Amino acid sequence: MHTAAGVEARLPIRSDMDLVWVRQHVRQAAALLGFGLVDQTKLVTAASELARNTLVHGGGGLMEASHVGSSGVDGLRLTFSDTGPGIADLDRALSDGYTSGDGLGMGLGGARRLVHDFHVESAPGKGTTVRVTSWVRRPPRAGGAV
Amino acid sequence: MPEHESAGALESPTHAVRDFLRRRREQIAQRWADEPLFRTVFTVSRDEAVEAGKLLVDALAQVADAERVEDPDAAGFTEVREQLARMGAARTRAGLSTTQVSAELAALTRPVENLLVADLEQEPSERLRACATTLSVLMGTLRLVAMQTALTEVQALIDRQRLQLLEVATPVIKLWDGIVAVPLIGTLDSARSQVVMETLLNAVVDQHARFAILDITGVPTVDSLVAQHLMKTVAAARLMGAECVVSGIRPAIAQTIVHLGLDLGTVKTRASLADALGYCLHELGANIVNAAPDGPGRR
Repeated sequence: MHTAAGVEARLPIRSDMDLVWVRQHVRQAAALLGFGLVDQTKLVTAASELARNTLVHGGGGLMEASHVGSSGVDGLRLTFSDTGPGIADLDRALSDGYTSGDGLGMGLGGARRLVHDFHVESAPGKGTTVRVTSWVRRPPRAGGAV
Repeated sequence: MPEHESAGALESPTHAVRDFLRRRREQIAQRWADEPLFRTVFTVSRDEAVEAGKLLVDALAQVADAERVEDPDAAGFTEVREQLARMGAARTRAGLSTTQVSAELAALTRPVENLLVADLEQEPSERLRACATTLSVLMGTLRLVAMQTALTEVQALIDRQRLQLLEVATPVIKLWDGIVAVPLIGTLDSARSQVVMETLLNAVVDQHARFAILDITGVPTVDSLVAQHLMKTVAAARLMGAECVVSGIRPAIAQTIVHLGLDLGTVKTRASLADALGYCLHELGANIVNAAPDGPGRR
């Protein structure tokens, strides 16, 4: 089995430089867990979007990476949390093209499409926590479960 | 030894420490060679560690001789700075934190102090205390010098890398009359994409380019911000009369862009730089003709 080292991490998100760390860590962790190149790229891109949200809208925060799953099914869970202003209208924030900054408005909704599980918790003034999980897709005969 | 004894009583504590260092040079170096800082850095032979230790003792003696035990800029330290930097760097590479390296440096003081106390046993306790104080000040300064050197090294490395990064940032390559290309490498943050846009637009003007190729083969992640930067650059180039082609979109990136929901429909894209160049040449009306007379002919 995979060791937790190299996957588990708590990375601060306080500057553009930290986004580089986040991307590098997610890429390494995903590769370590056996994600294919396409899924690695999807995860890294989702992490990049979410980490930037944490930085730009949440005023900085934290990313936690962890290895989830058992019995041959490995997954990577990434949790982005900040203590910023929070999201007042989640449905609106998740819709494509809506932005409170000057971006394209694809970040949150796009990230949701790039991962298998997507969970967001937020309330105005309470900060935002986004938890995403993706599973390594194994050939059916090897893992049995997908 | 006799000449020291005659002068000993009249000397300042600093000079007494200097004499002690010179007298016990060999023993100090031998004991330091057993300390982790030396033992792990000079792994080839113990003699090597002892020699390095002697150089350090000589430097300390020279500083004491100049009566500058509190001065990290004393001339004596200059000669061992490089050695200290090498030792510090080796320990850092081995995974030690700055604090741990500092602790290892501090551990060098104890063996010397023990030797000093043993050496000056006969002296009045007041003088022994003065000498010990001088010695620990001197060792403290040595630690400071070592940490300073390490910090300077790190700073120099960062400065060098920053320069290197700027150098590789954005070369604009003229591929053909009227066609320029920018190979983008690494992370496209806002500051860098601004530089890319400026150099590209300048090249469009300078080279009278009708086509500009942005090659993203070297960009590991294309998220919405990177896409936004690309689209802005394309739009700006279009305003200047140049058509932009984005090339080097790898399969994984293409799938990610689709899932992300980004619409690059307004941007002309090609899989590889060669395809992009072929497209531009075709649009310019240039024909590539095979040189072989019986070859397949024009494309």
